[in-house]
Amino acid sequence: MNLHEYQAKQLFTKYGVAIPAGIVANNGEEAAAAAKKIGTAVVVVKAQVHAGGRGKSGGVKVCKTPEEAKQVAESLIGTNLVTYQTDAKGQPVHKVYVEGGIDIARELYLALMLDRSTGQTVIMCSTEGGVEIEKVAHETPDRIFKEHIDPALGMQPYQARNLAFKLGLSGDEIKNATKFMLGLAKMYDECDASMIEINPLVVTKQGEVMALDGKVALDDNALFRHPDLAELNDFTQQDPREVEAHKWELNYVGLDGSIGCMVNGAGLAMATMDVIQHFGGKPANFLDVGGGATEERVTAAFKIIMSDPQVKGIMVNIFGGIMKCDIIANGVVAAARQLKLDVPLVVRLEGTNVDLGKKILAESGLPIESADDLADAAKKIIAATQKKAA
Amino acid sequence: MSIFITENTKVITQGFTGKNGTFHTEQGLKYGTQYVGGVTPGKGGTEHLGLPVFNTVAEAVAATGAEASVIYVPPPFAADAILEAEAAGIKICICITEGIPVADMVKVKRKLMDQHCTMRLVGPNCPGVITPGEGKGCKIGIMPAHIHQKGKIGIVSKSGTLTYEAVKQTTDVGLGQSTCVGIGGDPIPGTNFIQVLAAFEADPQTEAIILIGEIGGQAEIEAADYIKRAVTKPVVGFIAGATAPKGKRMGHAGAVISGGDDTAEAKIAALQAAGVTIAPTPSELGTTMKALLG
Repeated sequence: MNLHEYQAKQLFTKYGVAIPAGIVANNGEEAAAAAKKIGTAVVVVKAQVHAGGRGKSGGVKVCKTPEEAKQVAESLIGTNLVTYQTDAKGQPVHKVYVEGGIDIARELYLALMLDRSTGQTVIMCSTEGGVEIEKVAHETPDRIFKEHIDPALGMQPYQARNLAFKLGLSGDEIKNATKFMLGLAKMYDECDASMIEINPLVVTKQGEVMALDGKVALDDNALFRHPDLAELNDFTQQDPREVEAHKWELNYVGLDGSIGCMVNGAGLAMATMDVIQHFGGKPANFLDVGGGATEERVTAAFKIIMSDPQVKGIMVNIFGGIMKCDIIANGVVAAARQLKLDVPLVVRLEGTNVDLGKKILAESGLPIESADDLADAAKKIIAATQKKAA
Repeated sequence: MSIFITENTKVITQGFTGKNGTFHTEQGLKYGTQYVGGVTPGKGGTEHLGLPVFNTVAEAVAATGAEASVIYVPPPFAADAILEAEAAGIKICICITEGIPVADMVKVKRKLMDQHCTMRLVGPNCPGVITPGEGKGCKIGIMPAHIHQKGKIGIVSKSGTLTYEAVKQTTDVGLGQSTCVGIGGDPIPGTNFIQVLAAFEADPQTEAIILIGEIGGQAEIEAADYIKRAVTKPVVGFIAGATAPKGKRMGHAGAVISGGDDTAEAKIAALQAAGVTIAPTPSELGTTMKALLG
């Protein structure tokens, strides 16, 4: 689950992590009032969306007067912001964040995330602020500095100092950076974050260390122990099909092809997409129905797949382990009837109760084509959709 | 031989009396697995599936001599169950549970890395481990028993259902399996590819290996490096997620492309450079292996 910048910054404040003065606004009036209250020579008005690249896409603007802040806020709120990280439709802007201007001396980079190779949290920083970190890692890896955090001890002050000195900070900056990093590490731990990225981290001319931007992702699996944080989820920033799928405990990711897929198991679901592409088709989605799918969930899965107008055919691929093939078959038949499915449907069943499952499909009287294996199913659905298009 | 578990391994189930614990322990018993009891706190002293129920893993180990445990407890309590197994002297713990918070696994990982720790953890978020036998085998986990056949291929995979593909196909072409290990799709697995590859390399029953990976993380790249250095047996590989978009989590908590070399393309290239034969589709794992072994 991702947070908006304004939500991230509210948490930063709670943990003693310095940020410039800022106020979230829902409309032009509020933005003007915020700019006036902050009272700096300039303010920055920032669109609140779950996507990077806002600056280059007109989502971040410097304003000299409250009136200008009002105009910018009104021009952003209610629109969709398209950045290089969004799709062509963009992300809806419902709020802006009005932030006081500061005297920037240096722009740095700081992030906390999981190092999967060691199984520890790593705090990582770089002298190259404002730049994509993948690019820095690729071109100038010597400008990235890291400290691993022992889960039993938490981040230690000496680790923060190590990083601060490597970043070339001095004097009060060291003390400020140490407080900043220790606060973030505590927040990462206590909020069950899976990523905190500050890009840029700025050092002001007065020696303050502040988060100019803040990207925070929380571990979905740990939200059960943070009901207050779970409430911060802004569903308007997500694909509505993904939100609907989540309600049914289905994993769905929309893609831009024409062959809908329903599969059990994440690995097999990915492999199914790969095989469709291998034989010249294009998958419309990733969908893992999981291990405990019921007839109702299978029907819900079909509805979500069919809500994509690009879908020209559906391929069901089930290798039953926990999942029994007859349950899937009943679900497929019920869904096809209920939705009056009018696109080709190819079903491949294997595993527990496979014969019973195939029998249910065959006796349904519906035009469902059976397949023997994954490759066979992919070839059949591609052929069927091409035939229908011709 | 086999790796990690044999047909004589004594197993207990943690989360024994729950729905999943009950169903899969029953299935395991039918397959011949030596289940000797289970743990459900508060139900100690009762009997379930004809086996004793204990309040703690320590009591279960003391009473039964179990050396393996399998965990079906819900995600909020699963890391605790793993740590309890370790403290009780379990040698191999297989955690099926999906959805354990990463921070919990960071703590578990620290325990596993302790030099005094002698337990191997497989999973979490995995189908388990199976050593098919003649007549009776050892099945610890949720995989469908009937597709397996004792044989010579070792299978290691991040994905449950893709493991079943590999199993069925190696059975169909008559090669069979020595042991199949699902290491799971979480970002912090207890056992990684390298540890399983090392065990297969040392196991005389295993003549060749199938490795199934997916997008996200560096485990397959590290495995490729290890194969190049230390694996002499033929390896067939498949990496899922060639069509997955960047930045999207594909079902498994660990299956997300975040940087440059955690894509399917990069992993396939690394494995090929290490001499691994990549199956063009997951339907060709068995035939690719058969052709390779001649």
